[in-house]
Amino acid sequence: MKREVAAPATEAHPMDELLRMDRIPHIWCPTCGLGTVVTAFASAVDKLEIPLDDLAVVSGIGCTGRVAGYIKVDSFHTTHGRAIPFATGLHLTNPKLKVVVISGDGDLISIGGNHFIHAARRNVDITVICVNNFIYAMTGGQVAPTTPLRANASTMPYGNFERPFNIPYLAESSGAVYVARWTALHVRRLTKAIAEALQKPGFSVVEVISPCSTLYSRRNRIGTGLDLMKFYHDNCEIKHGADTRELDIGFQEEITVGKFIDTERPTYVESMNTWYAEVFGDQYEPYEGSAK
Amino acid sequence: MADSSRRTPPGPGQKYWRRPLDADRIKVPHGEIHILVNRCKGCQFCVEYCPRDVLEMSESFNVKGYHYPEAVNEGECVNCQLCEMLCPEFAIFCVEVEEEVADDDGGS
Amino acid sequence: MTADPKGVLTGEHYLDGDHAAAEGALAAGCRFFAGYPITPSTEVAERIAARFPRVGGVFVQMEDELGSMAAILGGAWAGAKSMTVTSGPGFSLMMENLGLGVMMEVPTVLVNVQRGGPSTGLPTLPGQADIMQARWGSHGDYEIIAVSPSSPQEAFDHTIMAFNFAEKYRVPTMVMMDECVGHMTEKVVIPEAEEIEIVPRKMYDGPKTEYLPYEPDEDMVPWMVRAGDGYRFHTTGLTHDEKGYPVMNSKCQEKCVHRLVDKIRSRIDEIVVLEEDGVEGADVVVVSYGITSRVTVPAVERARKDGINVGSLRLVTIWPFPENRIRELSRKIKTFIVPEINYGQLCYEVERCAAGNAETVLVPHGGGWVHDPGDIYDAIKKGAK
Repeated sequence: MKREVAAPATEAHPMDELLRMDRIPHIWCPTCGLGTVVTAFASAVDKLEIPLDDLAVVSGIGCTGRVAGYIKVDSFHTTHGRAIPFATGLHLTNPKLKVVVISGDGDLISIGGNHFIHAARRNVDITVICVNNFIYAMTGGQVAPTTPLRANASTMPYGNFERPFNIPYLAESSGAVYVARWTALHVRRLTKAIAEALQKPGFSVVEVISPCSTLYSRRNRIGTGLDLMKFYHDNCEIKHGADTRELDIGFQEEITVGKFIDTERPTYVESMNTWYAEVFGDQYEPYEGSAK
Repeated sequence: MADSSRRTPPGPGQKYWRRPLDADRIKVPHGEIHILVNRCKGCQFCVEYCPRDVLEMSESFNVKGYHYPEAVNEGECVNCQLCEMLCPEFAIFCVEVEEEVADDDGGS
Repeated sequence: MTADPKGVLTGEHYLDGDHAAAEGALAAGCRFFAGYPITPSTEVAERIAARFPRVGGVFVQMEDELGSMAAILGGAWAGAKSMTVTSGPGFSLMMENLGLGVMMEVPTVLVNVQRGGPSTGLPTLPGQADIMQARWGSHGDYEIIAVSPSSPQEAFDHTIMAFNFAEKYRVPTMVMMDECVGHMTEKVVIPEAEEIEIVPRKMYDGPKTEYLPYEPDEDMVPWMVRAGDGYRFHTTGLTHDEKGYPVMNSKCQEKCVHRLVDKIRSRIDEIVVLEEDGVEGADVVVVSYGITSRVTVPAVERARKDGINVGSLRLVTIWPFPENRIRELSRKIKTFIVPEINYGQLCYEVERCAAGNAETVLVPHGGGWVHDPGDIYDAIKKGAK
């Protein structure tokens, strides 16, 4: 991200250094917000000056699951829902790594829901960026655990009647120490939130509401991703510290964004080290990683 | 490509906010916009959210067949980089340029 | 290289198979364990949980077996020797990420202490009915390595062997115990660390910019790196090229999967470990593995006393299957007798390789106990006629 290099307009972009340029253009549709989320993540990493060699990105499956493939750090594209346990293994083996899970709402909250709540409970020191587009996009627009009531999905062809999860509430009640929600439009605040989450020891969650143009908005006849961005602009209310119980999202209704939780709790490795030091005394060597 | 629903921000000279007290001491940066035309997928995020209305969609197509943004009002760019942050295709960025000639009241 | 003395509990012990497998893992250098309790495998996890804090390892009891298998893959990529353990339904849950381990070529070990099935079946009693699941359980085409200990001593030895296979071939390797071996307590001798051979990970140390995570070496096994070492590599469960990038076409599929299969299939004879007793010149050969091979011993002895020319072939490694040896023997003998605690799994492999040259007779057992040696003896007697 060397900004002082004024590259010829047709050649390089300051982001290129962080991307696997041999894989760009990415597979995401026009007016999808995922590229914007990648930029926000990269900007946060850049701002914090995290050495790229110390960073690992893990994704599951789906549109957001492809993020790992585009960011030029140690990156793992795993199975559906298993990004968090895979990341747990990476982190516990080498706690010095900064491990970030970037995946979608279906991946993290449905098939990976159990891993999400338990990693939060253990306070595993990883950052989860959950891109919520309200739908299973890559498989063709099926209902997700985040699809707002009455929104249409290919497996809810008459409108969704299942109550969706409120991700910040789920994260907070499971034990996450940092919980924020922004949209792909709030790029600067999103970047700041990702930076805060990356610095936070423990399980940090940033939910990003992001437009899906091809499946969600087209199926629901609410325009393109650009129209959803305009919707976020006009219908998002920033309420820092809001009660997470009140953060449900209705179909085309107001979305509350902000930083909701920012607290301290010993991480899994800290808890283990503190307790074992008490149990074993001087015989215990504090665990700092087992990578050989 | 004009979209009638777009809200028009106030143009230069018709700002609705008050003039900051230190406005004469603050030098407004100027940005130079670089557009990687062939990466663009025509989402218009940059055009829609440029606070200075610097960008407009082109009449012509890029190699992928999309209209792309053009800096029609580059003199107005203040290098805020919002276009760069919003672009999902890593196709636009700003570089701050040094003013060649000082403003009349610059440095007073 | 030899074992790190830190994890080696040298001495003579009285251990059950589960605890011995845990000690095997520690001796092999395992320092990351993720697992979920399930009978009859839980004691492996319990022993590791008790031992790890003192050897610098980290144990985590995951929320389920799906997460356990995924976590040990992450642990291996971060540089640890990692392991999980399960039984019955837990083994089914691990199949998803076992496939990911095969595709990403992750050296790791999965211990399955087999119990009776299907479903929850017989949680506290033995079975050998996961043998085909070990081979084919994850979807798609691949080759895998599995060993089958028949005593606590072997649970120790074979777990080390499994780690060594995993590292050498970069493939998840299975230790297919059964409840009998897992809960049987016997003398286990743990040697000095310098007497334990350990296969080190095949680490790449060339120029960072030239690293290709899936460019095979001469032995078809690619070089590995650790996350955090600055290679900034990518790996995926999707069909991929040498760079580890997904490529969605049949040409890449052919190249990618063919090598995954070939790196093991073309080296079967290098991998296979067999124990043979009186096989040369025999009329009947009993092919067995795990606890069943111990039940076979009195049956063979009794048949020999009757003057029957019977040999015993015990599979220490069950996968890959020792095709060549079975083919070779089939031309010389009359009958293969295959006792196993299922209604026919490995006997189909024997039958395939015998290809009509010799008869293959299954001695089935539904599970919940081991064979009566008399049943195996009867089969030998019939097979000799």
